[in-house]
Amino acid sequence: MSGRMRTIVTGVIGSDTHIVGNRILAMALEKAGHKVVALGALTPAADFVRAAVETRADAILVSSLYGQGELDCRGFRDLCVEAGLEDILLYVGGNLVVGKRSWEETAQTYLEMGFDRVAPPGIRSEAVIEWLGRDFAARERGQRRADP
Amino acid sequence: MSAALLIDFGSTYTKLRAVDLGRRRVIGAGQGPSTVSSDIRVGMKAALADLERRCGGLPQFRHRLASSSAAGGLRMVTVGLVRELTAEAARQAALGAGARLVGTFAYRLTAADLERIAQLRPDIVLLAGGTDGGNTEVVLHNAAALAASTLECPVIYAGNREAADEARARLGGRLLACTENVMPEFNVLNIEPARAAIRRVFIERIVHAKGIDRAAAEFDAVLMPTPAAVLEGAQLLADGLPGTRGLGELLVVDPGGATTDVHSVAAGEPAPGVVPQGLPEPRVKRTVEGDLGMRHNAAAIVAAAGLEAIARDARLDAARAAALLAQVSADVGRLPASAEEIAFDQALARAAVKIAVRRHCGTCEIVHTATGPVSVQRGKDLTRVATVIGTGGALVSSRDPAAVLRMALADPQDPFALRPRAPRLLLDREYLLYACGLLQNVEPQAALELALGNLAELDPEIAHERTRHA
Repeated sequence: MSGRMRTIVTGVIGSDTHIVGNRILAMALEKAGHKVVALGALTPAADFVRAAVETRADAILVSSLYGQGELDCRGFRDLCVEAGLEDILLYVGGNLVVGKRSWEETAQTYLEMGFDRVAPPGIRSEAVIEWLGRDFAARERGQRRADP
Repeated sequence: MSAALLIDFGSTYTKLRAVDLGRRRVIGAGQGPSTVSSDIRVGMKAALADLERRCGGLPQFRHRLASSSAAGGLRMVTVGLVRELTAEAARQAALGAGARLVGTFAYRLTAADLERIAQLRPDIVLLAGGTDGGNTEVVLHNAAALAASTLECPVIYAGNREAADEARARLGGRLLACTENVMPEFNVLNIEPARAAIRRVFIERIVHAKGIDRAAAEFDAVLMPTPAAVLEGAQLLADGLPGTRGLGELLVVDPGGATTDVHSVAAGEPAPGVVPQGLPEPRVKRTVEGDLGMRHNAAAIVAAAGLEAIARDARLDAARAAALLAQVSADVGRLPASAEEIAFDQALARAAVKIAVRRHCGTCEIVHTATGPVSVQRGKDLTRVATVIGTGGALVSSRDPAAVLRMALADPQDPFALRPRAPRLLLDREYLLYACGLLQNVEPQAALELALGNLAELDPEIAHERTRHA
């Protein structure tokens, strides 16, 4: 299975139109040999899950840049569980820190929501690709994900 | 004279059109009862005798082509994975093939689903699920479930390519055709191969199974279900042929006795700056409103539009409208005779067209985002469609068909429904769309010119206004 092309669903969640960063990420993921299902901007949470079911995706990468990510992402893991994707790898990234909260606090909130990785603002696509590589490898060893 | 005979084996009537291929005109029309449940030849003979009487003799026909919606039409059940994705794509493929869709299923078929499918007695099941390389488990589960069921009808597979071989093994003799995936990539619609496969199975199997081929001495071929013929006629009219311009993007409305069909041939793409959402829709799209029928579903039209609104439109009081509704529901063969009945039928047709076209067309919605309002479109934008064509008995027999067809147009009260804004209104007075859809298989140029020459322009005043504004 290790040589299999991985399918990754990505898009910008909620009423958010900031598509550029997500496009750059999608291009980098494709260049790294992944199959990318790009949903674009203004994507409801349920559409990520539907796309992942139909394409048998290995991971969902959610972008949020407009400060309302926390509201949009609440219950995302539950939706996946509901659709039979309880183990799918979930990442979130963008501008997730709002107001005076620290990055650590923000990241913790998303981890508790069931995301496997929370990307800080300004993260490079190489770092995301490295995460994916390590997490997919960990999955094959029967672990949920690689160590942080 | 070179002539063609076009036959529609309908659910109530066997209808014939004889056309002069050289002069591009209708020689005559004939009609007989639909006798498919006993012996289809009886109705066909009666229709031919009627045609002969009206034309004063029958010419030698170079082509004799038929379509059929007899014996319940082409009853189909579609099965997909996610309701909004492959299940929807399978639905679009079946509708585009002219099927009468009797059931749509998504996700894993349960024992109750299989029982329900058997009760629906489909002629064909279309099985889809998973993009190519995507989910295989569900479509294979469903293939095995269908194979183990009591269902006897053939299955067409149009799911994940990766699962096709295994699905073939599981379905065994039930699998009649294995075709390209209706959704090979996420959100990419690919319904043509499935449509073609459905049509092949229809010609090779269903025509015989329904006993239509008993009349084979009277025709050369039954090419497709009648709704597919109408759709193909509409497409020919829109696109034209090299050297003969078509009408451009168009919408066809057919309020019938049991359902209201709407066909569009238009890209329907969003205006600049509008963000599309949801599954892209086919350029040649057919919808069937099973709850909007002038007779069998008159009560449903009234329920959807409101009794008060229907009564007001017909200038009747509500009690009188309710009485007329009870009358047509009890006697579905009834044709309107009194002034009140005519007004009531007109109001029913207007409501059916309005609701059916609203459901067929896309919508535009303003979403407020952090960076300001954004327009989001779902479905097709048909505001720029150049022509709306009305067909079917309810429109042809109406005293004011333009008033019915105008209900298809955009309404300032309902600005987010993307209906045609300023189209020409045409009436298929001779019921020729299906005939042209059949004829184009053998004589496309004659079919196109026949259709172009036989549509009646309604509302010349509006046409004049439009030229002035343009």
